[in-house]
Amino acid sequence: MERKKAIRRTVREPGAGPDTSVSPDAGAGPDATGTAPAWTGTEPEGAAARPAPAARSASSTAPGPEPRREPDDRPAPVIRTKALTKRYDTLTAVDALDLSVRPGEIFGLLGQNGAGKTTTILMLLGLTEPTSGQARVVGLDPARHPREVKRRVGYLPDAVGFYGGMTGRQNLRYTARLNGLNGKAAEAAMEEVLDQVGLTDRADDRVETYSRGMKQRLGIADALVKSPDILILDEPTTAIDPLGVVEILDLLRTLVHERGLAILLSSHLLNQVQSVCDRIGIFAAGRMIGEGTVTRLANLFGDGSAAIDVGLDLKDPADRERADRVLAGLKSVEAVTRPEPRTDLWRLTVRPASDEANVRQAILAAALEHGLHLTSLRPIVPSLDDIYRTALERRGMADTAVGRGAASAGGRTAA
Amino acid sequence: MTASLATPATAPATPAPAKEAVDHRTSRLPAGWRIIAGKEIGDHVMSARFIVLLIVLGLAAAIPLYFAADRIRAVAEAATGAPAVFLALFTIGPSDIAILRVDTFVGIVAPLLGLAFAFDAVNGERSEGTLPRLLSQPIYRDDVINGKFAAGLAVIGLVLVSVVLFISGFGMLRLGIIPAGSEVVRLVAWVLVTFLYVALWLSFGLLLSVVIRRAATSALVGFGVWLVVTIFGQLITKLVQGLFAPASNATADQILGSYQAQEMVTRILPSTLYQEISTVILTPNVTQISTPATIGQLEQAQSQIPGLLTLDQSILLVWPQVVVLVALTIACFGAAYVLFMRQEIRA
Repeated sequence: MERKKAIRRTVREPGAGPDTSVSPDAGAGPDATGTAPAWTGTEPEGAAARPAPAARSASSTAPGPEPRREPDDRPAPVIRTKALTKRYDTLTAVDALDLSVRPGEIFGLLGQNGAGKTTTILMLLGLTEPTSGQARVVGLDPARHPREVKRRVGYLPDAVGFYGGMTGRQNLRYTARLNGLNGKAAEAAMEEVLDQVGLTDRADDRVETYSRGMKQRLGIADALVKSPDILILDEPTTAIDPLGVVEILDLLRTLVHERGLAILLSSHLLNQVQSVCDRIGIFAAGRMIGEGTVTRLANLFGDGSAAIDVGLDLKDPADRERADRVLAGLKSVEAVTRPEPRTDLWRLTVRPASDEANVRQAILAAALEHGLHLTSLRPIVPSLDDIYRTALERRGMADTAVGRGAASAGGRTAA
Repeated sequence: MTASLATPATAPATPAPAKEAVDHRTSRLPAGWRIIAGKEIGDHVMSARFIVLLIVLGLAAAIPLYFAADRIRAVAEAATGAPAVFLALFTIGPSDIAILRVDTFVGIVAPLLGLAFAFDAVNGERSEGTLPRLLSQPIYRDDVINGKFAAGLAVIGLVLVSVVLFISGFGMLRLGIIPAGSEVVRLVAWVLVTFLYVALWLSFGLLLSVVIRRAATSALVGFGVWLVVTIFGQLITKLVQGLFAPASNATADQILGSYQAQEMVTRILPSTLYQEISTVILTPNVTQISTPATIGQLEQAQSQIPGLLTLDQSILLVWPQVVVLVALTIACFGAAYVLFMRQEIRA
């Protein structure tokens, strides 16, 4: 319990305090727990350059991480909105939202509380009528065909609840029955999803004895039991401990890859969104102020530079001078920051950011050539946290109505 | 779980939209309200409040029955041949405590039944956080409120019928009173009317559960209204009677007029309506329920030869009251329905 609290606090801090000069480690919370998502190991660029699976499927021909440039042989979007708007009296909760999510893709809605994420989700499910604009879910208008839409969309609400006096299995059975699943088919489906979320051995206990995290996992099972085409998850990882978060994010990835599900998830936890989502939409005051892969967002909202930390084991001050010259002489290296005394991490600023991988290769070659003792070489992944702040700030500058977002992004100004 | 997905990064060449279990989604969806009602009935019957209400209603039937059993012999002797002795089981109480009659007691306790099974119907789901999840299933939104209403009616019907059967069985086995056919029919009619009266309170409870966000508050409000209607109702009636009391030098017409006015005011309360219906249906020799409008009618009523009404005539006598109860029930349920359909799902 205490561990959970402590870690949750550190996870949230980057989003709350204005002073976090975010290091990649802070941004990669769940990865740091040791059971890192497998792809960080297999793809050298890490989350930054991770292409959408749709892009990946065609990656032999077009390796670009930019999904918009892909030839349009991807499956048609299962969620698509056009100028979707929801107004309550004076407040515009969702303002002219354009959104599309394709099968086999995890889309993350990122935004502060009250940014309009849940309202968007409710409109997609036909649980709230849009004021104007259009939504299509599995090709249907959710406001007109809510039943068909809800039959094919699994939804995990924010702060999901269950009937406490019933067991987990009974709760699931009720959902299955409401979806027209009965008898053996229902039991088999329940067994499968309970296993997937790791609740099989607690399934026959009353839900009131469950922890928050277990309820959350039961909620995911509940959304899955109807074998949906689309999964919509509202804050799926709140109240789950870090290890549980890794498991859930892994599960989501498996579902996407094995079943070709489309997943729309909303969160205010930046690092989780960054680690699991193929594309991200940044939400502020009802508007989507940026959308795309982390790389694309970095290009949009970053300053166009990337950073590399180079560890060099140099005893002699002369060697330091030499290293400075060598590193600064590399192509695309804009600046070299010397290490503090008694440390040996050199920070290189690379511009344009896309040359970052080349620069790393060049560093390796140069170190060999000049006999510099290289101890480590690490790209500084552009953190979603930074991107998010910059996005909110620009938004705040462009439109004072979004003052809340800009205020919380505070002192840090984009270069 | 982590082991089962060795390398999610090695994505399949194409995200396979493989779907094995599609069959249930092509089939027709079941009627959502039935499934909801089924689950609610299960919840109700297993709940503590069901047991408590069963005990309360059982006592409400048993205590008057104890006194009735004592007096009914005298009544039966006096009314040899009269066809309403069996119904007297429900209308006779101790001579000194008027409230201890089955029909009166049921009239007081039955509203609690309705409230108990509805006061937390919607706001309970809301506070448990189950409402968004429930509504995201492929059902219509009104399935929720219809299912809950149906479940409440079913459980209340069950309770009422078992209590009436208990009393009847007691009368037949212990007292040896065998009901005539017409009495059985009257009893069924009485159960139906009581059912209607409880349905009114059920839909009122449902309305409270939609409007009031906290279950405890809606229970208190419901209880307060019940108290006003059934207990303080009589006090209010007294007050009104005082206000409308005819002056000492009033003419006969004025006196009748003031009585009529008093009657109209007391009939605002649904409990009065139910009491009137109940009395007329259970007592075949009641031939008049309203105050006569003229002296002539009064004289006519006084010079009437006492006789028994048939059921259809009795029902005709209280038809307006029945219609008003139905209308009130529809109004309450309709309000609950409309408000629920318009409500935002989020808290």
